[in-house]
Amino acid sequence: MAAEPLLSVRDLTVTFPTGGGPVRAVDSLSFDVHRGRTLGIVGESGSGKSVTSMAVMGLHTGAEVTGSITLDGRELVGLAERDLNRLRGRKMAMVFQDPLSSLHPYYTVGEQIAEHHRVHFGSRRAAARQRAVEMLAEVGIPEPERRAGEYPHQFSGGMRQRVMIAMALACEPELLIADEPTTALDVTVQAQILELIARIQQERSLAVVLITHDLGVVARVAHEVLVMYGGRAAEQAPVEAVFAGPAHPYTRGLLDSLPRLDDADDTPLRAIPGSPPSLLAPAPGCAFAPRCPRAAAADADARERCERVRPRLAASDGRAVACHLPLSPDTAPMDRTRKAIP
Amino acid sequence: MTPTDRPALPVGAPADPSAEPPPPHADPLLSVRNLTMTFPGRRGRSAPVRAVDGVSFDVAAGETLGLVGESGCGKSTTGRMIVRLLEPTGGSVSYDGRDISHLGQRELRPLRREIQMVFQDPHSSLNPRQTVARIISDPLLVQGSSAVDARRRAAELMELVGLIPEHIDRYPHEFSGGQAQRIGIARSLATNPRLVVADEPVSALDVSVQAQIVNLMERLQRELGLAYLFIAHDLSVVKRVCDRVAVMYLGRIVEIGPKERVYTAPAHPYTQALLSAVPLPDPVAERSRERITLLGDPPSPATPPPGCTFHPRCAKAQAICRSEAPALRVAAPAETRQVACHFPEAA
Repeated sequence: MAAEPLLSVRDLTVTFPTGGGPVRAVDSLSFDVHRGRTLGIVGESGSGKSVTSMAVMGLHTGAEVTGSITLDGRELVGLAERDLNRLRGRKMAMVFQDPLSSLHPYYTVGEQIAEHHRVHFGSRRAAARQRAVEMLAEVGIPEPERRAGEYPHQFSGGMRQRVMIAMALACEPELLIADEPTTALDVTVQAQILELIARIQQERSLAVVLITHDLGVVARVAHEVLVMYGGRAAEQAPVEAVFAGPAHPYTRGLLDSLPRLDDADDTPLRAIPGSPPSLLAPAPGCAFAPRCPRAAAADADARERCERVRPRLAASDGRAVACHLPLSPDTAPMDRTRKAIP
Repeated sequence: MTPTDRPALPVGAPADPSAEPPPPHADPLLSVRNLTMTFPGRRGRSAPVRAVDGVSFDVAAGETLGLVGESGCGKSTTGRMIVRLLEPTGGSVSYDGRDISHLGQRELRPLRREIQMVFQDPHSSLNPRQTVARIISDPLLVQGSSAVDARRRAAELMELVGLIPEHIDRYPHEFSGGQAQRIGIARSLATNPRLVVADEPVSALDVSVQAQIVNLMERLQRELGLAYLFIAHDLSVVKRVCDRVAVMYLGRIVEIGPKERVYTAPAHPYTQALLSAVPLPDPVAERSRERITLLGDPPSPATPPPGCTFHPRCAKAQAICRSEAPALRVAAPAETRQVACHFPEAA
């Protein structure tokens, strides 16, 4: 893409000191997000996807953050808290998984949205409140004038997440980070929230980072995909490429193990053996090697390389994979008959 | 099927592959009729909540009934009444032809052998201060086994569910989420039950581990002839494991029938919307789908709308839907699938 990316992350590494020694939760991660585009970051618990988003927002206190995070050309790593405060909400904003624990129970939702506006623009109370009502209307909350005066517990889960989005967007940020924004919601409400984010993204040309464990959600909304495993990038590619021909055996394994609504047959799911890795005792080689069917099937030398040598992220044709034994993008996905669904 | 001709644990050989699953409703193992649960409100502060409102279904021996719906629809409450963690306020639960809905704790004890439960969060449903040996053998000790027998059986069960029997003296925190769920499953199988109520057994697990547990539950069903009531919100997982499926909305079943019918030709507008909202892990298919987006959120069971409780979110709602609750009835002649809708989709 010709334009400069809005968000550019290079060699991001986040290390937490723990009783069991330092834990590298994110290791040498690099990615770009452009205006009007959505990057989906996919991973399981402990893969480092949420730590990444917190690092971009500068919310890690007590962790060592190295590498570079530039937002619209400005370096965020090492920025003073005061300067970060000016950017948070104004240039970048975040929506979390559980809206109830992200909202203050003592203040009305109108007050909470208005506060952002007053802090960043120094607006007067009445003007900020007017803005809050406008934002509630924009995210599709009926009777916004009345609802602005209500408290979070008076809203349903889906409506609370709309409030969170209204709050995040009140100061017109250019980057929205949504960390599992629909995981706590029912599937019919999830569809509404994903549609809302997509509509607002189009209207405002927002750059969106969507963090999720749900490959279906990624398939629906993301333009680019970053698959994380054990704190590192396993695979980065445009969404169609990832789903049509995953290059990393982990990505393939995930896709093969998912039950799908449009599966025609009842063959057993192809499960990935084992469990996600512990970050306290990282493997010297590829984090996925102990679970990898390609490593298991390889000859002794190749397997040794997977177990001992950390694969570098190798880029070609607009996609990148960190694997000693990558799959060819032409290999068809697991042979599963599909059938039409209503 | 009597208890004696059931395969005893552990079972190496799979069940006879020629055996057909029994047809539904033929002498069901579990029969639920008009089951109702009303939680009392707090005096003067909140109204009573009817979490489950007249639910009826059967589960035959060896079959899986999927119970799906969104949060608050009453699916977990239904499961808890069947294992009698809750006493129903109305209706009946019959197991093997006997009404168990109001039995006392002492009378329930022999039934606890037959009906077991698997919970959602494996770590919070295992006692952190007990070893795996103790966790799995506890149900056996309660039922009168000797300590030596129970421990031997626990080791067998660990092997059966894919755990290493040498880990029998470890504590739950030493296991990953998927392994902990295997412990929960082993515990549920200790007394050789015929019916397992599994409440969201895979939804707390990592995606890459869910398939392991789904495959394990399917294998155990084949080998042991178990019947499952599989409660879940994930329609893709339920489609994988169940023979029949019941869709709940606000305490009631809105559609129930064979999986193929419900998934390929849903008759209730809510089932249609629910299915169309499930994202597919396929960007091409996903972006070309026509989707039914429902308006608003599910209403609170404390203040259900009059008539059909789905009418405020339904695109097809007419005057009758606002005043009269539709009964669950057969959707079309020559079909076993039932639907509670005044204007069901013609199949």
